[in-house]
Amino acid sequence: MKQIAVVSGKGGTGKTTLSGSLSFLFKNHVMADCDVDAPNLHLLMEPKLKETHEYYGGKKAEIEGHRCTSCGICMNTCRFSAIIPGTPYRVDPYACEGCNACVLTCPEEAITLKESKSGDYFLSKAGELPLSHALLTPGEETSGGLIAEVRKLALKVAEQEEHDYVVIDGAPGIGCAASSSITGVNYVVIVAEPTISGMHDLQRIVETTRHFMRKFGIVINKFDLNTVKTDEIANWCNKEKIEILGNIPFDPEVRNSAIRAEPVVKNKNSAAAKAIKEIYYRLLDLI
Amino acid sequence: MKIAVVSGKGGTGKTTVATNLAWVTAAKKPVQLLDADVEEPNSHLFFHVKYTGETDVEILLPRVNKEKCILCGECAKVCQFGAISVFSTGVLVFDNLCHGCGACKIACPTKAIYELKKQIGVVKTGIIHEKLTFGTGLLNIGEPSGVRIIRELKKYIDETKTVIIDAPPGTSCPVVETLRGMDYALMVTEATPFGLHDLRLAVEVVKEMDIPMGIVINRASDDYTEIEEYASSKNIPILEKIPFDRDIATAYSRGSLFVELKKEWFERFEKLYEKIAGVIA
Ligand code: SF4
Ligand code: SF4
Ligand code: SF4
Ligand code: SF4
Repeated sequence: MKQIAVVSGKGGTGKTTLSGSLSFLFKNHVMADCDVDAPNLHLLMEPKLKETHEYYGGKKAEIEGHRCTSCGICMNTCRFSAIIPGTPYRVDPYACEGCNACVLTCPEEAITLKESKSGDYFLSKAGELPLSHALLTPGEETSGGLIAEVRKLALKVAEQEEHDYVVIDGAPGIGCAASSSITGVNYVVIVAEPTISGMHDLQRIVETTRHFMRKFGIVINKFDLNTVKTDEIANWCNKEKIEILGNIPFDPEVRNSAIRAEPVVKNKNSAAAKAIKEIYYRLLDLI
Repeated sequence: MKIAVVSGKGGTGKTTVATNLAWVTAAKKPVQLLDADVEEPNSHLFFHVKYTGETDVEILLPRVNKEKCILCGECAKVCQFGAISVFSTGVLVFDNLCHGCGACKIACPTKAIYELKKQIGVVKTGIIHEKLTFGTGLLNIGEPSGVRIIRELKKYIDETKTVIIDAPPGTSCPVVETLRGMDYALMVTEATPFGLHDLRLAVEVVKEMDIPMGIVINRASDDYTEIEEYASSKNIPILEKIPFDRDIATAYSRGSLFVELKKEWFERFEKLYEKIAGVIA
């Protein structure tokens, strides 16, 4: 079984357009939506919910008001500005990282760490296609741990039901969520866009992917929107010996299918669909 | 007045709205534009910024003095992030897991732990023109969280000016950090089912923080009206609609402000500002 992750240095490059289409093209696979902060893949598939699991990723400090003498020691200890002075002192749950430092210093033993729910993860079925996905509780730290659960669930189903591939819609960016989406996968597809920041975003995600020593190739989305930038990206890839898997044109049909909540490849005649199909065949060759 | 420009996720046009709004408003009054999208800041690409200040953002990483360490294991026991391990040969700190919280140092009975500074990013400030000042944060590759960079960046807020902050995408921790203390949240969304889904999540956060908000629909079109229906059901005003337009997309790809393309757009963004100011006043 092979794992393929689709990522981008930044959101909005068309990552879900591509992975949504791949979910339609690939046969005998499981999908994993690792963009737990803003999961969108399920919108393209109308899946039926099969399982829900709660995810407890971290802890939060809690102050027992009646024990607190308002001495202020915890506030001076906390390096995350999470303690709000008053009678009694309080913890701002959005700022608290659950690090334990205040618990150790409170002379009244008024503070404890409590498990806090950081999200849910789900298994769904879109027809025959299993989809594992999640939703981070708003305001929580974007969590590599929750992404790891989504991937674990996808792998488990893939093994049980003997699927050939796990296709991962990765988290955007270069932070810990993006890293959790690509560790240990067999191939990474990086989606780039030809904008003034596109080259820079691309270099950062390539650096991250190389850091994890994964095989990867690049797709340039909306390549005809700015051919100067596209050439710049292509030249850079050439120099760095990075394979360009394909170019997807700027195609109004992408947006039309998004409005219908369908993967764009369903409309076989659209220019974007044709390009994505080529990319899919190229991918099959490579992995 | 402090306005945060928020979107459920990346690529909806948040930076487009923040930069264009800052530019138009600064034609009349002093504006401070801050880019809090510290993982991938790109507001600066739309301007010629003359940088005047740069500050490193640092965290403290624990180090162990072998002479004093008795290998008791207390440090590893209190660490909530698995960032420190005690072996028979010594103590190992995993820097990329460490949040720099200091709990291990507090717990160590022999005071064997001391701390070293590590730079996790920078905050840069500068001037675009007389009435438009700028600040941005940048998180280093491999660092887990940009929250601290955002907190540093927000220290530069000048309350005497109109402050416009380009928030990070999503609805997680860094967005909440950005929104804290803001007077208004300008929600940018696009007219697709994806846009609506992400908008709902973002609205939940802003509601909970009790900040007034309004919506700008980007890439608007008449064949998808669900955003309008949702907004009116929640009593959130729709302040502006930017059409799906190849010229605007091309302007963005070149790093140009689209309010400069047509006078009409400049005026519409002036009105957008007036609408927001009207709510806060
Ligand atoms: S250290 Fe303990 S007693 Fe002192 S203010 Fe904090 S919670 Fe209250
Ligand atoms: S657990 Fe850590 S982050 Fe939370 S309030 Fe205590 S010291 Fe601050
Ligand atoms: S500073 Fe905090 S996170 Fe780092 S090793 Fe010590 S206890 Fe763990
Ligand atoms: S708590 Fe201090 S003495 Fe104990 S193992 Fe850790 S560093 Fe060594």
